[in-house]
Amino acid sequence: MDRRENLKIILTSGFATSLLLSIGCKPTPKIDIQTSQAPKNGYGRTPDEMEKDEKIMEETFFTEKELAMLGILVDIIIPADEVSGSANDADVVDFIEFMVKDYPPFQVPLRGGLMWLENQCLSRYGVGFLDTNDGQKLEIIDMIAYPDKAEANMKFGVRFFNTLRNLTCTGFFTTEMGIKDMGYLGNTPNQWDGVPEEVMAKFGLNLDEKYKDVYLKLDTQHTIVSWDENGNIIG
Amino acid sequence: MPFNIKEQGNEYDVCIVGSGAGGGMSAKILSESGLKVIVLEAGSDYDPSKEEYRTQLRWPWESPRRGAGTKRPFGDFDACYGGWEIDGEPYTHKNDTKFDWWRARMIGGRTNHWGRISLRFGPLDFKAKDKDGLGDNWPISYDDVKPYYDKVDKLIGIYGSKEGIYNEPDGFFLPPPKPRLHEMFIARGAKKIKIPVIPSRLSILTRKVNKERNACFFCAQCNRACTIHGDFSSSTCLIQPAQKTGNAEVITQAMVREVTIDENGNANGVIYINKTTMTENRIKSKVVVLGASACETARIMLNSKSKYHANGISNSSGVLGRYLHDSTGTDRMGFLPELVDRVRYNEDGTGGMHVYTPWWLDNKKLNFPRGYHIEYWGGMGMPSYGTGFGMDTSRQYLKDTLGNPSENGGYGKNLKNDIRRIYGSMVGMSGRGESIPQYDNYCEIDPDHVDKYGIPVLRFHYNWTEHEIKQAKHMHDTFEEILTSMGATLLGTKPTEENQYGLLAPGRIIHEVGTTRMGDDPKKSVLNSFGQAHECKNLFVVDGGSFVSQADKNPTWTILALSWRTSDYIIDQLKKQNL
Repeated sequence: MDRRENLKIILTSGFATSLLLSIGCKPTPKIDIQTSQAPKNGYGRTPDEMEKDEKIMEETFFTEKELAMLGILVDIIIPADEVSGSANDADVVDFIEFMVKDYPPFQVPLRGGLMWLENQCLSRYGVGFLDTNDGQKLEIIDMIAYPDKAEANMKFGVRFFNTLRNLTCTGFFTTEMGIKDMGYLGNTPNQWDGVPEEVMAKFGLNLDEKYKDVYLKLDTQHTIVSWDENGNIIG
Repeated sequence: MPFNIKEQGNEYDVCIVGSGAGGGMSAKILSESGLKVIVLEAGSDYDPSKEEYRTQLRWPWESPRRGAGTKRPFGDFDACYGGWEIDGEPYTHKNDTKFDWWRARMIGGRTNHWGRISLRFGPLDFKAKDKDGLGDNWPISYDDVKPYYDKVDKLIGIYGSKEGIYNEPDGFFLPPPKPRLHEMFIARGAKKIKIPVIPSRLSILTRKVNKERNACFFCAQCNRACTIHGDFSSSTCLIQPAQKTGNAEVITQAMVREVTIDENGNANGVIYINKTTMTENRIKSKVVVLGASACETARIMLNSKSKYHANGISNSSGVLGRYLHDSTGTDRMGFLPELVDRVRYNEDGTGGMHVYTPWWLDNKKLNFPRGYHIEYWGGMGMPSYGTGFGMDTSRQYLKDTLGNPSENGGYGKNLKNDIRRIYGSMVGMSGRGESIPQYDNYCEIDPDHVDKYGIPVLRFHYNWTEHEIKQAKHMHDTFEEILTSMGATLLGTKPTEENQYGLLAPGRIIHEVGTTRMGDDPKKSVLNSFGQAHECKNLFVVDGGSFVSQADKNPTWTILALSWRTSDYIIDQLKKQNL
């Protein structure tokens, strides 16, 4: 499916896993934080916010046909690979359905864009997008996926695909699967003790000598601080 | 008094309006002195340590909008309830000018989500007119406020480094955290062009300051408010201790309309609307302290008209609402090619930047009169709404192993991989500067409109001057110099004169101050140098309204120090039976 980029994927595959090194991240003792999922009010919502979210969830925006088209498009944008699953594996269409209701300015460009795509397929191939073959799908997408070289009369499609690409990518990389894929290792109690030595060395960076004795020493964190009258820490 | 107003039975010593930095500090100091205090907050209750309010340590997928700012302006996990637009609470503008008014509606106010950047003003900041002849000097000096800054440092906790810079006075600092990788690039790049980059000064507990609050565990989420109270917010550091004294009551959802007066023209309480029941209520007190935020305080005072105060309370000068000013602000972003394909590790750190640039130049050699500081951002933050956006313009910066740039846009496995590769390679900077307060920049009562509580709303009139526009141009020149010097590719385009060099609309930096300015001359100011109304001796203002000028700093630390100073003065004056 991804013929345009076959060469590059060979050259870069396996990169992400090799970079998933867990360094500079030690657990912090003595802190008990409740992180259980989904209490009654979701994630710290006010009653008004909860009500608004529930209302959005009850509404339906996209038609069955539009959802089917989106389902194909998002997996073309973010397919499964060696590291993680595809956009549909991460329920990205559900996220897009929520966002168009949460942010109505997305509605006309996305609905209109899907209709524009449908019209293009009908005039070029004599069938709607869902009935085109894989080659035809990629042919029309290639015409709108590269903004710098798209034909002037395809700009409508380019704008639509830019929006859909944004929502698909962000929808994927903000799921549990996507964040694991990205290799983000934070959002947990830990102890920050600066950039790992080997990373500093790679870029020829050193901590400023002037501050070496000024920076926080992590083993002092839980002792109550005291100063002399000039603001020097003495305990 | 109208029949339908409910009398609150007790008379309090002090009624405090607002529970943010100013109101919170006043509540703490006054209640600890034994005075009976009531705090009125226009928003809801809030305590981040309670599970029902917690947004800290949540993952983006717990929000159906993945943290997008469609409901809360700073994102779905931001701790501040409120915004520039609030249902049922409009404001208007005069002559098509712009001003965006942020309102926080919760216990602790804006202190729940701010960047914790806690810069004390320096000696020059209180006497800026002496330097360039513009604006006015404060009636007080750094020496008057220094003891209170010191006390605030010790009470609340702030990390930083002693630098010995004259106009960036050192305080009682906790140890600063080490810089992140992009911050080391910034420091190296800036040093080459002689721009200082020093440890930032944030009110986050890298070490404990007392038994009640815990030390930071480095999740970078101070804007979500801290479950272990490891950063400063008025709700956790001031209001809760005030309540523990047993001398402070707090009423939430209480929207104050006006200050009431006795037969001598002195304040004797306030009238507020209970937002839940939509009824009017009255509080009686010996002293009224306003800490509702600069513009809301001005609104309350302007709406407090009587035969003694025909123009609004303590406003025969006509200065009330005038000299409204916000910090200047504009931003730029770059891409660091060296940080493509970054090794992953947890670099969350504390909330916000670990380094910053204080103002470093001499305005006498420049074409604009006041300075600015620079805040920095970037790094491998938690993916959130927006991660993966913009590949239609920024993919060109990624080169494959043959050195060929990627095409912008695209789809498929290589797009997916390029999003991984580019993660953590963006850096940005924001200038935050001092503007010159203007008589013609003001808020006033709009004669035509009320909000849903029946309270006349504010109308704003605000224009930036050449000084701020030239300063914004200088910021952008500097941003480009720093980004280039550190090896970054400039992203976006440099703003031009036509768009005021990217200068954000006033109100956007949320440092608005000056509406009830202090001064020695009652004809030119609303308050005296203790924040006491010139024309109503038992009315005080403890928010940013009293500022004569907002330095190139952030206002919170000065609001806290001045509120403490005013509270000490109230205690002293009550003892002497002067109020």
